Amino acid sequence: MSDTASGWLQVALLVAALVAVHRPLGDWMARVFTDARHWRVERLVYRAVGVDAGTEQRWPVYLRSVLTFSAVGVLFLYLLQRVQGRLPWSNGMAAVEPSSAWNTAVSFVTNTNWQGYAGESTMGHLVQMAGLAVQNFVSAAVGIAVAIALVRGFARTRTDVLGNSWVDVTRAVTRILLPLSVLGAVVLVLGGVVQNLSSGTDATTVAGATQFLPGGPVASQEVIKELGTNGGGFYNANSAHPFEGPSAWVSLFQVFLILLIPLTLPRTFGRMVGDRRQGLAIAGVMAALAAASLALTTWAQARAGGAATQLAGAALEGQEVRFGSPLSSLFGAATTLTSTGAVNSMHDSYTPAGGLLTMANMMLGEVAPGGVGSGLYGMLVLALVTVFVAGLMVGRTPEYLGKKLGRREMTLASLYVLATPTLVLVGTAVAMSTDAGRGSMLNDGPHGLSEVLYAFTSAANNNGSAFGGLSANTTFYDVALGLAMAFGRFLPIVLVLALAGRLASQGRAPATAGTLPTHRPLFAGLLGAVVLVVVGLTYLPALSLGPIAEGLS
Amino acid sequence: MTTALERPPAPAGEPRAPRRPEVRWGPTLAGAVRKLDPRGLVRQPVVFVVWVGSVFSTVLGIAEPSVFGWLVTGWLWATVLFANAAEAVAEGRGRAQAATLRAARTTTVAVRPDGTEVPAADLRPGDRVVVVAGQVVPGDGDVVEGIASVDESAITGESAPVIRESGGDRCAVTGGTTVLSDRIVVQITSRPGETFVDRMIALVEGAERQRTPNEIALNILLSSLTIVFLLAVVTLQPLALYSGAGQSTIVLIALVVCLIPTTIGALLSAIGIAGMDRLVQRNVLAMSGRAVEAAGDVNTLLLDKTGTITLGNRQAAEFVAAPDVDEREMADAAQLASLADETPEGRSVVVLAKHRYGLRERTDLPGAEFVPFTAQTRMSGVDLPDGRTLRKGAAGAVTGWVRALGGTVATEVGDVVDGISAAGGTPLVLAEHGPAGARVLGVIHLKDVVKAGMRERFDELRRMGIRTVMITGDNERTARAIAAEAGIDDVLAEATPEDKLALIRREQEGGRLVAMTGDGTNDAPALAQADVGVAMNTGTTAAKEAGNMVDLDSDPTKLIEIVEIGKQLLITRGSLTTFSIANDLAKYFAILPAMFAGSVPGLAALDVMRLASPESAILSAVVFNALVIVALVPLALRGVRFRPGPAEAVLRRNLLVYGIGGVLAPFAGIKLIDLLVSLLPGIA
Repeated sequence: MSDTASGWLQVALLVAALVAVHRPLGDWMARVFTDARHWRVERLVYRAVGVDAGTEQRWPVYLRSVLTFSAVGVLFLYLLQRVQGRLPWSNGMAAVEPSSAWNTAVSFVTNTNWQGYAGESTMGHLVQMAGLAVQNFVSAAVGIAVAIALVRGFARTRTDVLGNSWVDVTRAVTRILLPLSVLGAVVLVLGGVVQNLSSGTDATTVAGATQFLPGGPVASQEVIKELGTNGGGFYNANSAHPFEGPSAWVSLFQVFLILLIPLTLPRTFGRMVGDRRQGLAIAGVMAALAAASLALTTWAQARAGGAATQLAGAALEGQEVRFGSPLSSLFGAATTLTSTGAVNSMHDSYTPAGGLLTMANMMLGEVAPGGVGSGLYGMLVLALVTVFVAGLMVGRTPEYLGKKLGRREMTLASLYVLATPTLVLVGTAVAMSTDAGRGSMLNDGPHGLSEVLYAFTSAANNNGSAFGGLSANTTFYDVALGLAMAFGRFLPIVLVLALAGRLASQGRAPATAGTLPTHRPLFAGLLGAVVLVVVGLTYLPALSLGPIAEGLS
Repeated sequence: MTTALERPPAPAGEPRAPRRPEVRWGPTLAGAVRKLDPRGLVRQPVVFVVWVGSVFSTVLGIAEPSVFGWLVTGWLWATVLFANAAEAVAEGRGRAQAATLRAARTTTVAVRPDGTEVPAADLRPGDRVVVVAGQVVPGDGDVVEGIASVDESAITGESAPVIRESGGDRCAVTGGTTVLSDRIVVQITSRPGETFVDRMIALVEGAERQRTPNEIALNILLSSLTIVFLLAVVTLQPLALYSGAGQSTIVLIALVVCLIPTTIGALLSAIGIAGMDRLVQRNVLAMSGRAVEAAGDVNTLLLDKTGTITLGNRQAAEFVAAPDVDEREMADAAQLASLADETPEGRSVVVLAKHRYGLRERTDLPGAEFVPFTAQTRMSGVDLPDGRTLRKGAAGAVTGWVRALGGTVATEVGDVVDGISAAGGTPLVLAEHGPAGARVLGVIHLKDVVKAGMRERFDELRRMGIRTVMITGDNERTARAIAAEAGIDDVLAEATPEDKLALIRREQEGGRLVAMTGDGTNDAPALAQADVGVAMNTGTTAAKEAGNMVDLDSDPTKLIEIVEIGKQLLITRGSLTTFSIANDLAKYFAILPAMFAGSVPGLAALDVMRLASPESAILSAVVFNALVIVALVPLALRGVRFRPGPAEAVLRRNLLVYGIGGVLAPFAGIKLIDLLVSLLPGIA
C-alpha cells in the first residue's frame, strides 16, 4: 500500500474510533463528576489525606487545594530525584543535578513533560514509577478537575461553591485515568511494548556487536503518557524508540489515546451544562482546527522541495521511516495539538512549513483539542472572548450559556489570553539576547531561532515536545523553561478558577431569539477564526523571523 | 387649541425626524488639542499608548532628524488628534442643545404666595412660589393650586402648550418652562443646581458621562490586546538583532501603533456619547448610560394598552344588521343617528358608514331633532321630520325602548350582542320607530382599534427575542382579544400597580430584563424596579424620579425605539472592534516585509501589495491607520444600521461587512496611500 493510501486509512480508522467512544466516554465522565456516592477506595484516599469529601469548596479554596497539591508534588519529585542513588531500583543511576531535577519536577507536575534529560540514562525504575508515572496520572487529573470546575461555573447558578477539588482529582484518577490505562496498557503489551522490571540486557546483534537493550515498565508508563497528554517518554527517543512504538498499529493507537480525553471532554461539558449541542460545537471547533493542521502538515511534508526529497516521496529526514511520512505527520500534529509532546519523529527535521505548523499548533494555546482538561478550559475562555465581540455585534450584553460577560469576566478572560504569549515571547527574547540562551543552539540563522522559540512555546503551553537541535539541559534553560512551565500552567489555572467562581455566582439569563446561538456553525466558525487570529497576530512577527524566513529563503 | 396631551401619538414606524446639530469645526479642533492632556487620555488606554509613542518619536525626531521620521511622527500626532476630535465632535453635538437649555434657566427672581421676592437660586424643596401668565417657572415642582397652560418648548422642542393642574397626574412642572395663561402655585421639589434642566445640560454635554459596564469591559479587552501587541513588538527587537535585522525605534513605534486597536480605541467614547445623543435627538433623556445599554438587552416589554397599543378610544368596526334588515339601510340609519354625536365613538360610526358603504356625510338635515346621550336614557339618536325616530345605545336600554313601543327583538340580536361582548368589544344596538312600528335595525360593533403598524413592530420585537406584555385595566377576556389582534405575547389584565410590580419582579427572577413606561405616581415603584423605566414627561414628578429615562414627547411607543438605540450602540462597538482587529492582517503584510526584507530577502514574498519602498510601506500603514479613524467618525456618530432580526442573521451580516470588509479594506487603502506617499521626495 502506498504511503498516501495508508495515511488516509489511518486517519479514517482514527476518526471512526474517536467518534465511536465519544458519547459513552463523555457521558461516563459527566456521571463521574456528578455522582453523589464515593467508591470505597476513594473513601480510603480521603481518609488517608484527611479531607472532608462531603463539603464543596469556594473557588479560592479549590484553587488553594490544587496549588498545594501541585507544590507538594514538585517538592516530592525533586527530592526523589536528588536521593535516587540511595534508593532501591535505581538501576545504579546517580542523583540528578539540582537544576535538572527542578526542571523535571516542574515539568511532570505541570503536565508538560519537557525532558531535558535522557530517560534511560538518568532515571531509575523507582523514579520512573513512583515519581514520574504518578505525576503523569495526577497532573492530568488536576487538569480535568480544573476544567470540570469551570464547567460547573457555567452549569450552576447563584452559588459560591465549585465542588471539591480532592474528590475531583481522585475520581479523575480512579474512575477515568486508571481504568482506561489498564485497558490501554494491555493493548500496548499485546502490540509489543515492553513491560518488565529488568534493568536491561546485553544482546549480540547480527553484525556481532554488543548492544545494550534497556528494559523497564514501559507499557504502563506509555499508556498514561498518551492518555494524560503528558508526553514524557521512558526512553530519550520517546515514541520513536522501538520498545515504546514497536509498530504502526501501536503508533496509531497512541495517537488515539492522545486525542481520546481532550476530544471527549466537550461532550462531558455539554452534558453537565444540559445542552449537548454546546459540547458538540466546541468539539467541532477543536476537530476542525486539528484536521486543518494535520492536512497542512502532511501536505508540507509530502510536497517538500528538493530532488532527493521528491524521489523519496516526502521529506523523510528525522521521520519515523518504518511507518511512513503520513503517520509521522499524524503523530506530530496530534502531539503538538494536544499538550502531549510525545514524539515519534524529530520536529527539528520537518520542512520549515511542517515545523512552523507544529509550533503553531502549540501557539493556539493548546486548545485544539489541547491537554486533558486544559484544552477544554482554554477553548471555553476563548469562546468567552468570541462571544464578547460577537455578542456586541448582535446588540446585546454578551452572554455565553446565559452567563453575562461583564467587566470582571472580561478581565479574567483577557488576562488568560495574555498569560501564555507573554511567557513565550519574553522567554524567547531573553534567551536570544543572552549568551547563555544563544549558546545552546546547534544551528544558526532562522532555524536556530525556531529552536529557541519552539522550546519556550512548548514549555509555556505545557506541551513538552522538543524541536530538537537545542541543548536544553543547561542551567539557563532548566531554570527558564521551568519557570515558563510553572507560570504557563498555574497562572491560567488561577484565572480559570476565579472565572468559574464568578460565573457560578451569576444567575442565568434565559435564551431568546435575540440571544446569539453558540451551538451553530456560524459561531463555531467564528470561534475557530478568533483562535487563529489571536495566535496569528501575536506570533506572526516572531514566526516571520523563524520558520517563515527559513521557508521563504 | 390642541394640547400635547391630546396630540395624537406619532404613528408607529415613522419616528419624528431627529434633530441633527451640525458639526462646528472651530470648537472641535480646539477641543481635540485641549484633550492632548495626558491626564485625560489615560482613561483611553489605546489612545494613550499612541500619545506616548508620539512623544517618543518626537524626541527621536529631534535627536536624529529625517524626513521619514518626521512624517511618521506627524501622522502619529494626527492619530491622537483624530481620536480626540472624534470625541469632541460627539460632545459638540450636545452643546448647542445645552445652550438653549441654559437660556431657559435664566429666571432669577421668584415670587412667594405672600408677595415677597426670592432669588430662584435660593429655592429649596418645599418652598411655594406663584407663577402667572408670561412668567417662567423658577424650578421643578408640583402644582398645588390652580390650572394653567404651559409652554414646554424650551425642553421638549414642542411648541404646542400643555395643561398643568393641581392634583392628579398632570401636576408636575419643570423649571425653565413658561406659563402662558392663568396662575398657579408651585411647590418646589428640587434643590438648586439639581433641577431637571441642570441634569439635562450635564447629560447632553457629556460632562457627567460615566463609562458604562459594557464599555469598561470592552476597554479591558482592548487594553489586553494592546499589551499583547506591545509585547510582540518589544520582544521582536532581540529576535531581529539576532537575525541581523535590528529596527530603529521609530519603526517599532509605528508597528505598535498600527497593530493596537486604535480605530475602536479612538472612537469608543464618541460612540457612547453619540448613543446618548441619538436618544436626546428623539427627545428621550437617559439618566445613565447604563440604562441605554440595558435597553439593548431587554427581554420583556411592558406596554400600556391605551395610547400605546390601541388608539385612545373605541371605534366602530362593523355593522351587524338584524335578520330582516338590509345592511345598507342599517348603515344609513347608523350614520343619521350619529351625525350630531361628537364623541369619538360617534364620529367613528360616521366614518365607517362612509368608508364601508360610501355614504357621504349629510351636513344639514332640516327639521331633524337630535337627542343627546344622557346617563338616564343611556341612548342617543335623532327624531327625523318624516316621523321616524332612531336610537342607538346600550343593548339593554335600546331593546327596552323597542319593547316599550310594542316592537319585538329577534333572538339573533341578543346572540350578536353576546358575541361582541365575548370578543372584548362593545355592542351598540341601533333601533328605529316609524310608521311600521318599532324594530331593532342591528348592532354596531365598537372595539379597541390597534394602532396601524403595531402588529408588524411586535412581530419584529419577537424576532429580536423580546416578549411583549400588555398592561390593561380591562378584564382578562377583553385583554386577550386585543392582545391576539395586536400580536402581543401576554397580557396582565385588571392590573393594579402591585400586580405590575409583582410581574416585573417575577420576570427579573427568571433573569430577564424588563422595560416599561409609566406616568402616574402609582407607576413609580414599578418604574424604579424595571431595568429600563421610561417616564412620560407629562407624568408626575414621582414617576420621573423613579424611572431612568424621561420621554419628553410622552409617547409610550417610543420604548421600541429606545430598545433599538440600545442595541445599535452595542452593535456599533462590536462591529468597529471587529473592523479594527481585522485591519491588522494587511498592516502586517505591509510592515513586516518592509522591516525585514532587507536582511532576510525571502520575506519580500510577504509584500503582496508591492509597495514602493520600506519607508513608504510603513508610512502608508500609519497614514491609513490615522485616516480610517476620520473615515469612521460619521459611522460612530450615526451608529451601525440596525435591522431587526434573529441574532444569527444580524451577526452574519455584520461579520460580512465589518469582519471580511475589515480584512480587505486596508489592502486597498494602504496601496492607494502608498501610490501617493511614494511621490514624496526622500520616501520612495
